[in-house]
Formats: sequence, C-alpha cells, structure tokens
Amino acid sequence: MKIRKRYILLAFYLMVLFLPIYWMLNMSLRTNADILGSLAMYPEHPTFENYMKIFGDPSWYSGYINSIIYVTMNMVISLLTALPAAYAFSRYRFIGDKHVFFWLLTNRMAPPAVFLLPFFQLYSTFNLIDTHIAVALAHCLFNVPLAVWILEGFMSGVPREIDETAFIDGYSFPRFFVRVFIPLIRAGIGVTAFFCFMFSWVELLLARTLTTTAAKPIAATMTRTVSATGLDWGLLAAAGILTIVPGALVIWFVRNHLAKGFALGRV
Amino acid sequence: MGLQLENVSKFVGSEMHLADISLQLKPGSRYVVLGRTLAGKTSLLRIMAGLDRPTKGTVRAGGVDVTGVSVRKRNIGMVYQQFINYPSLSIYDNIASPLKIQGVPSSEIDARVREAAGMLHIEHLLDRLPSELSGGQQQRTAIARALVKDVDMLLLDEPLVNLDYKLREELREELQRIFGQRESVVVYTTTEPTEALMLGGNVIVMHEGRILQEGPTTEVYQNPASMQVAEVFSDPPINFIPVHIDGECARLGNELCLPLTEQTAALPQGEYTYGIRSNRFSLSPRSGEDVAIRGEVGLAEINGSETFIHFRQGKESYVVQEEGVHSYKVGNTISVYAHPGDFYVFNKAGKLLVAPKHDR
Repeated sequence: MKIRKRYILLAFYLMVLFLPIYWMLNMSLRTNADILGSLAMYPEHPTFENYMKIFGDPSWYSGYINSIIYVTMNMVISLLTALPAAYAFSRYRFIGDKHVFFWLLTNRMAPPAVFLLPFFQLYSTFNLIDTHIAVALAHCLFNVPLAVWILEGFMSGVPREIDETAFIDGYSFPRFFVRVFIPLIRAGIGVTAFFCFMFSWVELLLARTLTTTAAKPIAATMTRTVSATGLDWGLLAAAGILTIVPGALVIWFVRNHLAKGFALGRV
Repeated sequence: MGLQLENVSKFVGSEMHLADISLQLKPGSRYVVLGRTLAGKTSLLRIMAGLDRPTKGTVRAGGVDVTGVSVRKRNIGMVYQQFINYPSLSIYDNIASPLKIQGVPSSEIDARVREAAGMLHIEHLLDRLPSELSGGQQQRTAIARALVKDVDMLLLDEPLVNLDYKLREELREELQRIFGQRESVVVYTTTEPTEALMLGGNVIVMHEGRILQEGPTTEVYQNPASMQVAEVFSDPPINFIPVHIDGECARLGNELCLPLTEQTAALPQGEYTYGIRSNRFSLSPRSGEDVAIRGEVGLAEINGSETFIHFRQGKESYVVQEEGVHSYKVGNTISVYAHPGDFYVFNKAGKLLVAPKHDR
C-alpha cells in the first residue's frame, strides 16, 4: 500500500515536470492557425512544417551550428585550463591557495551582466566581436571556476600515493598525468564537460551581446519569431525542442555521475 | 649501494617530525624501523626515498649527495601501508609498469613480471583489475611491482598493517624469504616488536622523531638501552617495578624482596627501576630461586593461544603472558613467579644498567 502511494506521487511529479515539455512538443507539430484555433491535447494533424523550416533556412540552422561551435570551444578551453589548476589546488600547498580557490568561486557569484560592458569594450578593441572565440572566452568567466572546483573534488579523491608510486616507477609528469591520472578521473572530466556545456549552452546575455550575425547563437535567433504580425508559436516551439535535444543527449552520457558533479566532486 | 643520512631533520611548519637523524645503511642488509605511530617512521622513509626533502641535513646514496634529487632519478621501490596500485591497469600492467618506463624489451618484461608474480603467488590473477582482488592480493601486487625492477633500495611502510592476522603471518614469512634473495637495502617499518624479531636483520628504534637505539635486532631486544626502548620493543608492554636496593634485596615497599644477583649486588644502594617482560613471568615456579609476587587479577585477555593476565600488587600493575587459554576470575589472588636473574635494571634516568644473561 505504502509503495503504491509513493508511485502515485512520483507519477504526478513526473507529469508536472513533463507537461511544459510535452506542450512544447505538441505545439511544434501544429500550424499557427491550429494552435490559435483550438485547444488540443495532442496534434490532430501533425505537421513537420516548423522543423522543415528550421532545417531548410540557413539563418535558422546556422544558429545551432554557432552555438555548438562556441560551446565546444568553451568546453575545451575550460577543461584544458582547469585540469592543471585543479591538480595544483589538490596536490600542492602554496601561499594563499585557499583564498585563490575561494576567489575563483566568487566569479560565479557575480551576475554576468556586470561584465557585459567591459567585455564589449575589450572585445571591440581586439576586433573579436561577432566571433565564436569571443563568446567561448566570455563564458570561461563562469565555467573555468566551476570546472576547477569540480575537478579538484574528483582529484582529491585519488590518493596522493598513486602519484608518488608513478614517480617512483619512473613516469615523467606529463606521461603520468595523461596515462595514469586522467583515466582515474574520467568520470569527473565527463561531468565537468557536461556542466560547462550546460551553462554555456543556456547563456543568452553575453552570447547575444558579443555577436551580431556570423556567430549568432540559437537563443538569439529564436527571438526573431516575434514580429509585427505576432508570435510564430509553432516555429518557436520547434526551435525549443531542438534546443533541448543536445542537452538531453549529454545528460544521458553522464547520468551516473551527475550527483557527484553537483556536489562539486565531494561525495 | 648504501645510504647515508647525516644530521637529517624534518620540520613541517614549526612541528618537528624528525630530529637530527644520522644513519648508515649498508647494501644487502635489512633494517626494521620500529616505533609507535607518530614516531616519525614514515617521515624517515619518505626522506630516504627522496619523496620529501629534509629541512636540514644531507642524504647520500653510494657516497653521492642525493638530497633533493627527484625520486624519479633514484632507483627505489616503495610499498605503502594502503594498497596502492594503478586502478585502471591490469595486475600484469601494474607490475610491468616500472619496466615499461625503463624501456625493457617486452619478452624480458614478460619473464620478469611472471617471476615476480610467481614469488608472491598471484600469477593466476594477472589479467584482473586491482579492484577485483582482495586486500591481501592487492598488497601482493604492490610488493611485486616494487620487486620487479632491480632497485638499490626497497622501502616498505607498514605493508602488512591493513591485512588480517592470517594473511599477515603468511606474507611475513614470504617476505623474509624474498628479502633474503635481494642485494638491495631493505627498510621495513613496523609498530610490532614480534614483526621486527621475525624479520631479523637490524633494528632502528624510533620515538617522537628521534632514534633511540640501533643495532642487530636480537641484540637490541636483549639489551634495550633505555626504558623507552624496552617499552617500544615489548608487546604486551614490559613491566616496570620501582625498587629500592639495599644491602640484601631489591625492595618494593615491604611486600617484595627480590634477592640480588651477582650483577645487581655490585650496584650502589638507591632507587632503581626493574623491568621484566611479561613472558618471563610464570604462574608456577620454574626453579628453586624463583620469587613469588602475589597480586589481584584485574583482567585476563585471551590472545590466540596465549592469555595475558593483568594483575595488581599494591599500586603497581603487571602483565603476565601465559601459554594456553586460561580463565581467571577478576579479584582472585594469584602468585606469579619470576627468576631474579630475568630482570633488567634501569637507573633513575631510565638508562640500562644490567641486562639479564641469556645463556641461563
């Protein structure tokens, strides 16, 4: 009896969670006239017209491509800088290490809007406006600290004696790091990559401000559906569904390690 | 290649871990570093290995100054108290890893890995991962990896402490045999006097970052230079009896009179501490000269095939080690016998004055 009650509650919770997503899917498969015309729990005449438009129009699909490019760049940059930093924080004691470590996290506490103007100025000076690298670098502001924190947690879970054993065996540092150490924190790297992906993928303010056309992210493109004739509901819903897909795919790969990632690797 | 430590000290912050250690380790010999936890055994080992740099002093290997030389360039093997293996590599690759780095041809690697694995009886586990093995097998892997390359120095930091009793006994015997075949310096740390005695060789007794005594193991065991050494090198703890020596007896209050022997008669009158190991006490007289000490049983612990009986006489409490399993009621009065010649005599500063004769 008790078990059944729990399942009912869980099913209800799941329904509440999925309702907006289902509704978006529902809308994405209908035409605007249909959406505005009647309330339907499921699309009576499903149409892929909205999706065809997104895949057929370069101004739409290039938004996805731009987003994927700068998110990937950001993931790579964040991991490459955070790995050595996290190793240093986890293995060495130096003056001010704890303060620097905490300071890194405070970068996440500031709203990105604060950095908007200085970034815009700086990137204009270096002619970086409207490039993928500009957005990727700007997103490092909050992703690198996060990556350092998560990776440090995972690295501290590896006994220091493993490092020493490798050095006793004669490993050079780079070889040890790549051959022995990285495989040990594989899960941590996966989770870190996921978090970098997630935060970079959903960030709109910096991405929109630092780009105009050539590197315009999908989130900015979606705002185009608002026009003088009203909202293009179906198209917006289809774009939304397509935006969820990459995130869902990435979550699938790191699903077993996510909880540890949310605890910054300290479980 | 031998190792020499000259006035080595190690401080972490203002905390002293090692104080002014000078040692000379000869090639081909075995050293057991004996001391309680926090005696500085691991700190000493890490400095010998080159994992840590001494705050003061120099380390020489074969006459060459190696203070601060990276452990990568020193030819050593090390086994930790925890079972440290590369979790992502198979047992075979774990053992082979130091050879692979050295660029040894793969046919030779194969032969040597199998030989080392055979020595430690893990040849049937070679293609498993460390996490699939029991603690004992993991530690065997770590030992095999330390043995597989021809090292100048083999360091083992309480390698058996995390293993269960049975495995410990078994591995201890095997290690003794394996060490016998080596020409490298072997340094082995332990907290257990019995382990030190089993491994033989030389012993270095440490306490709070200092070396108390060093020398051949049995010699140190039989002639502990001070009360501290006797304490560290006895398990169960050695019994100390504060006595007053006058013309005829070593007295403890009015109750006890231990007759003087040839050696103790020569001592000037005054206060001394007598020490006797618990296994030299017995519950029945072994010879006509034995003295009886009467006391009240406090606790009887059964430890394997032996019983430790704690008893109190006046303010002092003692431990007797008795073969076999016995049970005693708490509060009963018993007599314990000891031969007057079995006592160590320490002066007030704790220095050894008289050691029992061992040919008796």
